[in-house]
Amino acid sequence: MTLATHDLRWGAGGRMIVDGVTLQAAPGRMLGLIGPNGSGKSSLLRLLCRLRGVASGVVTLDGRDIAGVPRRELARRLAFVEQQATTEVQLSVCDVVRLGRTPHRAALASWSPVDEAAVNEALARVGLADRHDQSWHTLSGGERQRVHIARALAQQPSELILDEPTNHLDIQHQLSILALIRRLGITCIVALHDLNLAALFCDEIALMHDGRLQAAGSPETVLTEETIRRVFGVPVAIRSGASGRRHIEYLVEADKERTRP
Amino acid sequence: MSHAAHGPNWPARIAIALASFVALILAVALAVTIGEMRIPLDAALRALGNGLFDLGLPVSAIQQGVIFDYRLSRALMAGLCGGALALSGAILQALLRNPLAEPYILGISAGASTGAVAVLILGLGFGGAVLTVSAGAFIGSCAALAVVALLATGAAGASDRVILAGVATSQLFNAATATIVTTLASAEQARGVMFWLLGNFGGVRWPDLWIATPVAFIGFAVCMLHAKALDAFAFGIDAAASLGVAVTRVKVVLFATTAVMTAVMVSIVGTVGFVGLVIPHAARFLVGSGHARLLPACLVVGAIFMILADVLSRILIPQQILPIGVVTALFGAPAFALILYRARRPA
Repeated sequence: MTLATHDLRWGAGGRMIVDGVTLQAAPGRMLGLIGPNGSGKSSLLRLLCRLRGVASGVVTLDGRDIAGVPRRELARRLAFVEQQATTEVQLSVCDVVRLGRTPHRAALASWSPVDEAAVNEALARVGLADRHDQSWHTLSGGERQRVHIARALAQQPSELILDEPTNHLDIQHQLSILALIRRLGITCIVALHDLNLAALFCDEIALMHDGRLQAAGSPETVLTEETIRRVFGVPVAIRSGASGRRHIEYLVEADKERTRP
Repeated sequence: MSHAAHGPNWPARIAIALASFVALILAVALAVTIGEMRIPLDAALRALGNGLFDLGLPVSAIQQGVIFDYRLSRALMAGLCGGALALSGAILQALLRNPLAEPYILGISAGASTGAVAVLILGLGFGGAVLTVSAGAFIGSCAALAVVALLATGAAGASDRVILAGVATSQLFNAATATIVTTLASAEQARGVMFWLLGNFGGVRWPDLWIATPVAFIGFAVCMLHAKALDAFAFGIDAAASLGVAVTRVKVVLFATTAVMTAVMVSIVGTVGFVGLVIPHAARFLVGSGHARLLPACLVVGAIFMILADVLSRILIPQQILPIGVVTALFGAPAFALILYRARRPA
């Protein structure tokens, strides 16, 4: 057992944004959360991390309601990587990764060898061990995302939640970030925009639409021509890709859309 | 933060603490020996010995009074005030994630001014007893805080809203102050108000220190307990919460702490600008942005800066004392410009 939700609801401004979601993550697997803009993906992830309080329903971690878990204890178990989080503060790469040790350290505890080892291991796992002292502000978008993942890993979580970690990255960095997340071997819940990337990397996929869970299961069962047309409003053809995974082709005749002179 | 990597380096820490202490002592010594009345060093030392340890050494009553009751209490108050305002600025900049945040942005000084002016000119009081200016200022700053809190509660943690609420509150209370001064004050009163509004250590006596000292040091202790939590705010509130920080509790505790520190200091010395804004940036330049080092640095640098500014305010123009706020701005602004200029280069 790991993270699960039961009939989860949350709204803002009189509108239900997450509306009755019941979902289970499988231990050690990568769960992709997909859906159109405004379908409630980000809000659902924030509810999973208890960054928002649920209106009704429950989020459980190993069967225990997370509303009753102290925040520090939760942070030692569950790490969250936001979309494009940045800062004005002058920090180095290792300063950022060190923040991941916050839930493990008492208010006045000094920096311990255990903390140092966790930070170094996290940096090594994201392939940035040699960037230890580089300034945050000189990093590229892909490197920043890696540092955030290293920070999350320094928390030594058993569940990792990522909100569109590939946003604004070029295709090479998108692929390498997702390959990295897949290699981690811990339970990951990842919101993604790109359906092909979701099909390529995720063990399971949950599809959100208007705050509701439309479908959940293996990429093969969730990503069907009919579902994608209905939810995203885009006609597609689905083929088996070279990797044996699903490949989604968008059936848009770009040339016809062009206005002729 | 980056240098703390290799665990606590005790010899270095002790050396830095000692150096800070010596620098503070030197600043106080300078403040005690420099002034309008020339007092020889040995007489000054005797006066200090008498005052601190009751030694009964021979020194004239006037010199004793000037050194111990006037200059020493004034220097210590300047130090406490500078340290507490700088500390408050550092805390607010971290919590609101805004490099322009400082105690005055919350409208505290504007409220204090209105309170002080109301007492100075209107002679407000309760049940026949006229309030002191300090008490009026304290009540005024609390009122301003209440207005800011009220305006910002709907914001659900959006830091921009807190700053906007502070700016709006400042405008409101400044307007109230201006109304009272322009309609009711005599020229003499207006001059007194002006002096108070720009900050003034002249009225400081020992009893003020019995209030300011515990406030500054308890405030510092509370802030230090939250140093790691403040670091976690670097990437925003959600990032801090996902790192296990009890965001709401930390914010309430630290806002209250900075508010009390600022209100107490402003109620004793009047409004002194610039320290809360500039010193944290200067301290960051010296020790980096990790709060476990930044907060003590703010306390020490703020204290030394304010003590020296007070010395300057007394000697810059012979026979006259400049308001402390004028000196902090005159020297703080160019210093700040220099820091900004130099800080740009590596990045």
